[in-house]
Amino acid sequence: MSEYCPAIHFKVNGQRCAVHVPPMKRLLDVLREDLHLTGTKEGCGEGECGSCSVRMNGELVNSCLVPALQAEGANIQTVEGLATDGTLHPLQQAFLDCGGAQCGICTPGMLMAATQLLSINAHPTLGEVREGLAGNLCRCTGFTRIFESVLAAGTESGSPSTQRAADAR
Amino acid sequence: MRGNPEAHEMLAPGNLSAVLELLAAAPGEWTPIAGGTELMVAHAAGRLGARRLVSLWGIRELRFIDSGADTISIGAAATFRDLRAHAGIAAQLPLLAKAASWIGSIANQSRATLGGNLVNGSPAADSSPALLVYDAEIELMSLRGSRRIPYSSFHTGYKRNAMKADELLFAVHIPLRFARHRQYLRKVGTRRAMAISKVALAATALVEDGAIAEVRVAAASMAPFPARLFQTESALLGRTVESSLIDAAREALLAEAQPIDDIRSTAEYRKRVAANLLEEFLKELRREVPLK
Repeated sequence: MSEYCPAIHFKVNGQRCAVHVPPMKRLLDVLREDLHLTGTKEGCGEGECGSCSVRMNGELVNSCLVPALQAEGANIQTVEGLATDGTLHPLQQAFLDCGGAQCGICTPGMLMAATQLLSINAHPTLGEVREGLAGNLCRCTGFTRIFESVLAAGTESGSPSTQRAADAR
Repeated sequence: MRGNPEAHEMLAPGNLSAVLELLAAAPGEWTPIAGGTELMVAHAAGRLGARRLVSLWGIRELRFIDSGADTISIGAAATFRDLRAHAGIAAQLPLLAKAASWIGSIANQSRATLGGNLVNGSPAADSSPALLVYDAEIELMSLRGSRRIPYSSFHTGYKRNAMKADELLFAVHIPLRFARHRQYLRKVGTRRAMAISKVALAATALVEDGAIAEVRVAAASMAPFPARLFQTESALLGRTVESSLIDAAREALLAEAQPIDDIRSTAEYRKRVAANLLEEFLKELRREVPLK
């Protein structure tokens, strides 16, 4: 069985890659061990804490619960894919500005869950941020500043009221 | 990670008939895996017994929601995110939409499937009470053909169900005949989000001329599997909605329910809370009935 590892192809942060791994290897471990993308963290390993959150085909997933074979053909975005050309993503900048990161282990997952939220709701309310991040646990309990960071990133591209006014025109 | 990925074989044939052929060729040998929110947890803990897995993820024939005039049909591999995003489910099956919002986090909802929730067979399954009080039917498929059974007879024991070894859960069909019914669903867990139920109760009832003409009550975590409370229903059927009915209903539920003590709660607490939930539903029902 161990020698039977068909190539699994997918894109990570826009780059094509092929890995020869057992089909039941967790996507989390493929990212960290085979592709050396160690930004994605393992927390609980059972889908409860969100540390390993990545986006797969535009949806938020816990990479600890995705068998490698199910990533075949997928488009995956990890925390390494947020910054472009050395410029931080607005969410990353907001986390820095608002003190949204403490020990840092939950931060990549928080950023990916927040990226997912802002992709479908550019100006979320506090309640919507809380729901969007409900699956991501911060062991330092720094939730308030994390929520403030996401709200700040959400208002950066124009306040919700400005946006609504623009939509109305 | 205590599991060994090399100890498991996995195929992703990509279409329904290929999956059915695998199941038929070696009944019981292959374990279907969809979003992996249960099986991958067992895998990480090193307690995944299944050696050969067949992936249902990405099979389009299993991931659909069809909204008809009198039925909504949901493919087994539709995710809870699909259910939450569906306008017809939100409008016509509000209890199911609510249950879908309870499934773990956003990341869990984008992977966990309705079929997986049912086949996994947890007594605490979030989608089950709603499906039970909506009279859902389960469609099972194999190379031999397909058959439909009432969801209320799908679970046959703790983590046991009516599926044959070569069958796959194909779809859930829900009749749209409860629009005039009062509908109720409430879950009680340790906290509001991301918690497995201590107890959940669903009910639908139709009141005509002040009396209960139709009623369905179902509960999670009150028996070895999610189940209708038929004796409690009998105690309510045909009765006038008045305060004396509440005591009779509580009594019937306490006699019928068989919860257990476990890590999440105690049998005594579950019984009391379930009776309170039923009382809450009946009070809602009473408020609807005009006083004579």
